[in-house]
Amino acid sequence: MPKDSGIGASPKRREDVRFLTGRGQYTDDININGQLYVHFLRSDMAHATINGIDTSEAEGMPGVVRVFTGADFEGVGSIPCGWQVTDRHGEPMQEPAHPVLAQGKVRHVGDPIAAVVAETYAQARDAAEALVPDLEELPAVIDMKDAVKDGTTKVHDDLTSNLCYDWGFVEENRDAVAKAMDEAAHVTTLELVNNRLVANPMEPRVAVGDYNPGTDDHTLYTTSQNPHVIRLLMGAFVLGIPEHKLRVVAPDVGGGFGTKIFHYAEEAFVTFAAKQIGRPVKWTASRSEAFMSDAHGRDHVTKIELALDAENNFTAIRTETYANMGAYLSTFAPSVPTWLHGTLMAGNYKTPLIYVNVKAVFTNTVPVDAYRGAGRPEATFQLERVIDKAARELGVDPLALRRQNFITEFPYATPVAVEYDTGDYEATLSKLEEIADISGFEARRRESEAKGKWRGLGMNCYIEACGIAPSALVGQLGARAGLYESATVRVNATGGLSVMTGSHSHGQGHETSFAQVVADMIGIDDGMVEIVHGDTSKVPMGMGTYGSRSLAVGGSAIVRATEKIIAKAKKIAAHLMEASEGDIELKDGQFTVAGTDKSVAWGDVTLAAYVPHNYPLEEIEPGLEETAFYDPANFTYPSGAYACEVEVDPETGHVTIERFAAADDFGNVVNPMIVEGQVHGGLAQGIGQALLENCSYDEDGQLISASYMDYAMPRADDVPMFDVDHSCQTPCTHNPLGVKGCGEAGAIGSPPAVVNAVIDALQSGGKNVMHIDMPLSPNRVWAAMQGA
Amino acid sequence: MYAFEMERPQTIADAVAALKDEDAQALGGGQTLIPTLKQRLAMPSKLVSLHGIAQMKGVCTDDDGRICIGGATTHQQVSESAGDYPALAWLASRIGDPAVRNRGTIGGSLANNDPSACYPAAALGSGAVIVTDNREIAADDYFQGMFTTALNEGEIITEVKFPVPSHAAYMKFIQPASRFPLVAVFVAKFDDGVRVAITGASEEGVFRWGEAESALSGNFAPEAVDGLSVDPSGMIGDLHGTKEYRAHLVGVMTKRAVKAAAAGETGVSSAH
Ligand SMILES: Cc1cc2nc3c(=O)[nH]c(=O)nc-3n(C[C@H](O)[C@H](O)[C@H](O)COP(=O)(O)OP(=O)(O)OC[C@H]3O[C@@H](n4cnc5c(N)ncnc54)[C@H](O)[C@@H]3O)c2cc1C
Repeated sequence: MPKDSGIGASPKRREDVRFLTGRGQYTDDININGQLYVHFLRSDMAHATINGIDTSEAEGMPGVVRVFTGADFEGVGSIPCGWQVTDRHGEPMQEPAHPVLAQGKVRHVGDPIAAVVAETYAQARDAAEALVPDLEELPAVIDMKDAVKDGTTKVHDDLTSNLCYDWGFVEENRDAVAKAMDEAAHVTTLELVNNRLVANPMEPRVAVGDYNPGTDDHTLYTTSQNPHVIRLLMGAFVLGIPEHKLRVVAPDVGGGFGTKIFHYAEEAFVTFAAKQIGRPVKWTASRSEAFMSDAHGRDHVTKIELALDAENNFTAIRTETYANMGAYLSTFAPSVPTWLHGTLMAGNYKTPLIYVNVKAVFTNTVPVDAYRGAGRPEATFQLERVIDKAARELGVDPLALRRQNFITEFPYATPVAVEYDTGDYEATLSKLEEIADISGFEARRRESEAKGKWRGLGMNCYIEACGIAPSALVGQLGARAGLYESATVRVNATGGLSVMTGSHSHGQGHETSFAQVVADMIGIDDGMVEIVHGDTSKVPMGMGTYGSRSLAVGGSAIVRATEKIIAKAKKIAAHLMEASEGDIELKDGQFTVAGTDKSVAWGDVTLAAYVPHNYPLEEIEPGLEETAFYDPANFTYPSGAYACEVEVDPETGHVTIERFAAADDFGNVVNPMIVEGQVHGGLAQGIGQALLENCSYDEDGQLISASYMDYAMPRADDVPMFDVDHSCQTPCTHNPLGVKGCGEAGAIGSPPAVVNAVIDALQSGGKNVMHIDMPLSPNRVWAAMQGA
Repeated sequence: MYAFEMERPQTIADAVAALKDEDAQALGGGQTLIPTLKQRLAMPSKLVSLHGIAQMKGVCTDDDGRICIGGATTHQQVSESAGDYPALAWLASRIGDPAVRNRGTIGGSLANNDPSACYPAAALGSGAVIVTDNREIAADDYFQGMFTTALNEGEIITEVKFPVPSHAAYMKFIQPASRFPLVAVFVAKFDDGVRVAITGASEEGVFRWGEAESALSGNFAPEAVDGLSVDPSGMIGDLHGTKEYRAHLVGVMTKRAVKAAAAGETGVSSAH
């Protein structure tokens, strides 16, 4: 019997009631009395010198309150970067300034040059059109390999080059890996592009700044995955506002996928302008602005080499990657191609020697940062593609090659600095073969053939590092923040609980699943637990939601705080029942004394805590509220195996996904329905990357996929019904829930399966195609077939 | 959007009069024009909505057996009411999504003449007649290149008359982002010959593929198109398809359209 409440049950998401009935409160729903509107004039050139801006006409236009330019932000801080990477030679990365409004130069199409604040949005926009910027166009730096050539135009004049860093990992292995490559029986080489993506959450970014001169309090309402992080970054580094004078609220947020982690210029602008003008200032991005100002994702160009011995054991991996940073360093940008990518290059396999080289490059494009999976999809894609290619070159079964090289003993220390605590890669792969009905594939292939279609099967494994992350470790790796999480559990007199968590929910269903955890621990109904998040004035501290960390880190903090609550409640119960504390048991919301029939209910104890008439006041304080901070001991390592079946139209190159199966090991699962939903969403995004999505710049730096007319998002009919399974569970060994995280898996694991499947289909049609870069558009697939 | 005046005439005559004002523009379903206004790419002083003109709405059959569609008839209505011309009804049922089909009109689509639009292929492929407030224009004379038509300033499409072929099919290969045609082919077989109209492909907008028409008029079978090809140099090349790819698709989609039409089917889209 499936449970109907608590851990392991699948209650429907309580937050959906408000979302689906239009009762959500998104940032754009927040309107403050006296509010003004800002419109940003954004650069239409990729790279130009700003000789000046004539604001005189705009300033005189109806409704205009004030026009800001870069000059207004002299003396204001630069948008900070939260991670410093150290290069191969021990030098810190090159870190350019990132002004709120462009100063001296614009560096990408969409870079804000000026801002008009007016009584209405239309007036602000009218006046912005009357601004006359004097821009002198400079050569645009777009291609990464060209960007790092000597003598190329520099994106930042004060840096020595366009190279942010040249990172080697593990640098000490460089020569040993080279030697292993030379001595290998076989080396498979693959050059590939991990295509640039735009996250496209359904809700574009919005920010409202408010300032109270009576109290000197600032408030920022913003579409963020981590309001406390914004408070710290913007308060401390940009505007110099101490935390106790700055409240950041991220109310309902309509999807983030990473792109709402970062601190953006528009947030600092509205907060700054609200104080300058003395009235609230609101900014709502249009979709067009989102395309040219939300941080983009991926954009790696990679060469990977896999060395094998004569028995097909992996002996070494070497990669060289160019990673696009865009024009400025976004909050976590430097960490994505390094610590979130290089550390995953072992995958599920026992390869003794690995060397990862990453050159991060500045270009005249929108900044690139974490997007669902962040670094781990790039690692998985190259590894799982090169293994498939090796199997083809060697004429061996691709699954047998993987199995032969699986890591089978845990804990396992990889040669790339991480230690996997648990896993069972054979279990998920066997489960996959079952749910994907691999044995029925040949029959399905023949059916497709009869229809004139080529059918292909592609499979891959994946591993990811989630639950980001031990603070001490990430500190050594260059993070300028700790990555713990906090929780406060407040029990009210009548027994209901408010749980304040630093994890932000913007589609993940925390309000439902976190409540299940707390209710389960106490043995009460889920409905007695309310989850509060997204407001720095309510939640003690928070590092936010990304890297599939919410349940593993935020949930663990909640468990720790709830444990403290239960410990105190037991003391009160012992007093009420005149028993010894050690004999008190809590089950189904009842405190009992072991070996007796005495009991008091949860509600009796909570009432006693707030009405302490009969209460051990000499031992403990009244009230029932506890806070805990949880800093994980390690990352968590979800893993799994995915299978994709495609049909290719031999005449047009059009690919359709016929079947997709995913067998994941997420450790323990709190709400299976939500977990499946997360996998479904991740798969749709991964399939979107593999077949459809492509953020494309021309050589002048114009963004040519700047709307949904040209940027192809996956639609419901682009994906099949998914077969997903999470019954293989090796619980995480170091967090109290034994959970691993499931938010990114689908997006990490699916692109290689899709590409492997298309290559298989083409091969079955007699086309000797070994690789096609994503997205596998009909044109690209058709072009690859020509002459193959 | 910039500010503009709005008029809602009830008759064609009133609409024509209202459109005489400088910078006045007709508004059909707004599925092209409204996004253009939102992006501030157009600045009409006045919009004249054709939505309230009953005379311009609906589908009927005239004495010559032609399907006559009012210029302000929505794609949705055509898909439901043009059952006597199944390929045309099917084409209308595949334009955009329900929101687009419930607003967008045949007159708006033909007036706009987007090089990737669907209706121009049906009109040209059927040899339709475009009726305006003051004349009738044969489809062969009407389409004059990308976004260019025979319409004069302020002239409105009041009706479109489609002769009904014995066999016809529309084959739509979608551009994955917009889901407009990347290349689409409308094939219609009449007693006196075959017409093949191609949309999405050419830099000149919708066009008739004469070579294929001659071959198919002799033998209405996919093989008749074997060995025929269009010159890639005049094709559109962009993010979604090179010139060569579009030229290739013209051949493939034409054959498939012929096959479908000969089998009595109405059309296929590469989207589900
Ligand atoms: C998401 C989306 C998907 C779409 N997909 C497709 C597709 O797959 N295939 C396709 O063909 N189209 C597609 N369209 C376009 C759609 O069919 C539009 O409805 C059509 O192109 C314009 O018709 P409208 O009535 O909306 O015209 P409007 O947008 O109102 O007007 C367009 C132009 O025509 C003029 N005009 C309007 N009516 C008349 C008239 N009766 N006489 C003279 N001039 C007139 C206007 O002044 C304007 O210049 C799509 C649109 C959207 C938004």
